[in-house]
Amino acid sequence: MNLSLSPADLAFVDQVRQFLADKLPAEIRQRVANRDESQLKHDIVAWQKILHQQGWGAPAWPVEFGGTGWSKVQQYLFETECALADAPLQLAFGLKMVAPVIMRFGSPAQQQYFLPRILAAEDWWCQGYSEPGSGSDLASLKTQAVRDGDEYVVTGQKVWNTLGQHADWIFCLVRTDNSGKPQRGISFLLIDMHSPGITVRPTRLLDGGHEVNEVWFDQVRVPVSNRVGEENHGWTYAKFLLGHERTNIAGIGANKRELNRLKSIARACRQNDHRLIDDPVFASKIAQVEIELMALEITNLRVIEADERKQAPGPEASILKIKGTEIMQRLSELQVEALGPAALLSNGESRIAGLQPVSDELAANATDFYLNQRKVSIYGGSNEIQRNIIAQMILQV
Amino acid sequence: MNFDFSDEQQMLQESTRRVLAAAGDFEQRNAQRDHALGYSTQLWRELADLGLLALNIPEADGGIGAGAVDNMLVCEAMGEGLVLEPFHASAVEATSLLARLADEQQRQRWLPALASGELIAVLAHAESSNGGALEPTQTRARPSADGWQLDGHKSMIYHAPSAALLLVSAQIEGAPGLALFAVPADAAGLSLTPVATLDAQRAADVVLRGVQVGADARIGSEISKALSEVLDFSLAALCADAFGAIQSALNATIEYSRERKQFGQPIGRFQALQHRMADMLIHAEQARSMCYLAASHGDDPDPAQRRRILSAAKALIGQAARKVGQEAVQLHGGMGMTDELKVSHYFRRLTAFELRGGSTASHLQRLATDISNDRS
Ligand SMILES: Cc1cc2nc3c(=O)[nH]c(=O)nc-3n(C[C@H](O)[C@H](O)[C@H](O)COP(=O)(O)OP(=O)(O)OC[C@H]3O[C@@H](n4cnc5c(N)ncnc54)[C@H](O)[C@@H]3O)c2cc1C
Repeated sequence: MNLSLSPADLAFVDQVRQFLADKLPAEIRQRVANRDESQLKHDIVAWQKILHQQGWGAPAWPVEFGGTGWSKVQQYLFETECALADAPLQLAFGLKMVAPVIMRFGSPAQQQYFLPRILAAEDWWCQGYSEPGSGSDLASLKTQAVRDGDEYVVTGQKVWNTLGQHADWIFCLVRTDNSGKPQRGISFLLIDMHSPGITVRPTRLLDGGHEVNEVWFDQVRVPVSNRVGEENHGWTYAKFLLGHERTNIAGIGANKRELNRLKSIARACRQNDHRLIDDPVFASKIAQVEIELMALEITNLRVIEADERKQAPGPEASILKIKGTEIMQRLSELQVEALGPAALLSNGESRIAGLQPVSDELAANATDFYLNQRKVSIYGGSNEIQRNIIAQMILQV
Repeated sequence: MNFDFSDEQQMLQESTRRVLAAAGDFEQRNAQRDHALGYSTQLWRELADLGLLALNIPEADGGIGAGAVDNMLVCEAMGEGLVLEPFHASAVEATSLLARLADEQQRQRWLPALASGELIAVLAHAESSNGGALEPTQTRARPSADGWQLDGHKSMIYHAPSAALLLVSAQIEGAPGLALFAVPADAAGLSLTPVATLDAQRAADVVLRGVQVGADARIGSEISKALSEVLDFSLAALCADAFGAIQSALNATIEYSRERKQFGQPIGRFQALQHRMADMLIHAEQARSMCYLAASHGDDPDPAQRRRILSAAKALIGQAARKVGQEAVQLHGGMGMTDELKVSHYFRRLTAFELRGGSTASHLQRLATDISNDRS
């Protein structure tokens, strides 16, 4: 056993750091550091174009589709360095979700049209799975797609649609057969968000932000050629997608960045006559998350290394998802704790002279972030569902 | 020992709940929240009509002269109702401080106006250096030709933006102890920066620069003892508000788990969730007990005993608030993340509770120090 990075991987990290230092625009870096999402779409698109120019637009894609050919460890190192440098997250819906499905199950025409546009950030994708009655129990979904010649006519409602207000395309699970087991009657459609009959309505979240939407389909006509794979096989493709791209599921880079931020806040905050970080009670709370993150990083690398050899996605992803999100939630909670009464301001109201003990960049709307991060244990398969998966697939009790 | 509330006390709580429920639905409440003032003047008048604003005014002054238990029952209802109005700041905190300290002339001037709701007063004691605790202030008072001159910086004063009267604590230059001054909100040299808080209240940062007040603006003489009593009494009330929110968040979760179906059954049937709700219930019951204990010591004249109990209550209810708030959101799934359901509002209110009146950590620290100093 040898847990250190190879010289080649160390050189790779240097190369990525250099690239980030040279190419990540300062104003974008600043906004990400401040958790300022006022220009989110611009920042994500601009950064994707910069990465694409470098040939790094899709780290995980095979080379033939414009990917990098990096090993999984390198992909992991890349994502971690990007997070630590306050680069915007690459938008997962196109790059990490729909693209692998199109590569594996899509037609050559779909591959030729969609993949280069995803790579170059020409299309903004969103995900249309969840419905009002179908969250954890996704297979019960009801949005109907009725065949009419060369088209499907789609009617129904999707919810919790992340950033769909910017989207050009949505990939949807729709019902094409009601007769058998629910899983058997689902198809996977690519739908142009500019089609007549689509209405997008914002859902206001607890932090006041607009990041999710309801998407209504009223007799939306979708060419049959926009179906991926076979009719009624959509559930298989959805499951394939869920098991894909596990290098960053634990969010190690983002967690490290938030741990650093927490330490900086605790150094800057004063409590009575000393720095908060010198309070042994608070410092040991930080130490506790730090050791969990240290362990999770190794657990994550173990999963990545196993993936590299056998490829088959296993239930270990659930461990990474649960622990990674719990650590993130704990870090956001401790940031609020550290800020104390100054954290009573939310919805961006952090700018009162003298009240906030630390700079805007450090505090970075910590309260709204804390509220918002409750989502990470709910979406992407809730942590309860992940525990069910561990029980069924690993424990097999 | 008796844990029953008298008929009058039960009626008081029920009538508070009724007036809050009658004030409008949740959407109307949220419209008030987003409005410039941040609360409903109509509901404020109704609270006055019900006599609630006179709760902490002594009978001799024409008020109700209620005790800590009555306050607890009313504040619990306020937490359940996600009240936006300045009840706690004005009718509990500032009113009880004036009731303890004001002289005859001051009582006549302010107490009836507080009872009728015409006057909103707030205590401006918290500064970034004292965190709202009973510590010295950086705010200074200097004798001037015909009264006092005040200079200082008060932070996160709840409901200061709607108050006509600020009760400002200050250190008199060259003298030990704390003094209190009545400062009209429109005094020259007083400036407010209003903000909306995490629990959807309004607050302000208050700066005093050469503010001149008359000699009659001074309230009481040395106020430390009264202030300490009122801060604890007010903390007990805040604990009750939080308990109301905890119980409501739990009830909302239980109800949702009965209605929401996934995999062909109510999610409440899943044992994994049943255990989580059972834990939430244990937190809520422990919080209820501490709420009772805090109320029964809320006006305890023995300061050491009172502070010990209040710290224990704040720490325990703070922990329950965090746990129950987070779990309530989680068990609602995506719906818990929306502004539409009450559950996220309870979560916000409970998160704010932990940040007010001294952190959980600071109260635990106080108890820990007591334990290590105890040589018995
Ligand atoms: C901010 C945010 C962004 C999202 N973005 C998207 C998106 O872009 N596209 C998209 O399609 N969806 C998205 N989602 C939806 C997300 O995937 C769902 O919220 C999630 O699947 C949970 O479904 P639900 O909200 O209906 O909760 P429910 O399924 O109703 O669950 C409620 C509670 O019950 C628990 N529960 C359910 N079943 C079981 C069980 N069998 N055993 C134990 N516990 C159980 C859950 O864990 C949860 O705590 C997003 C959600 C959020 C909050």
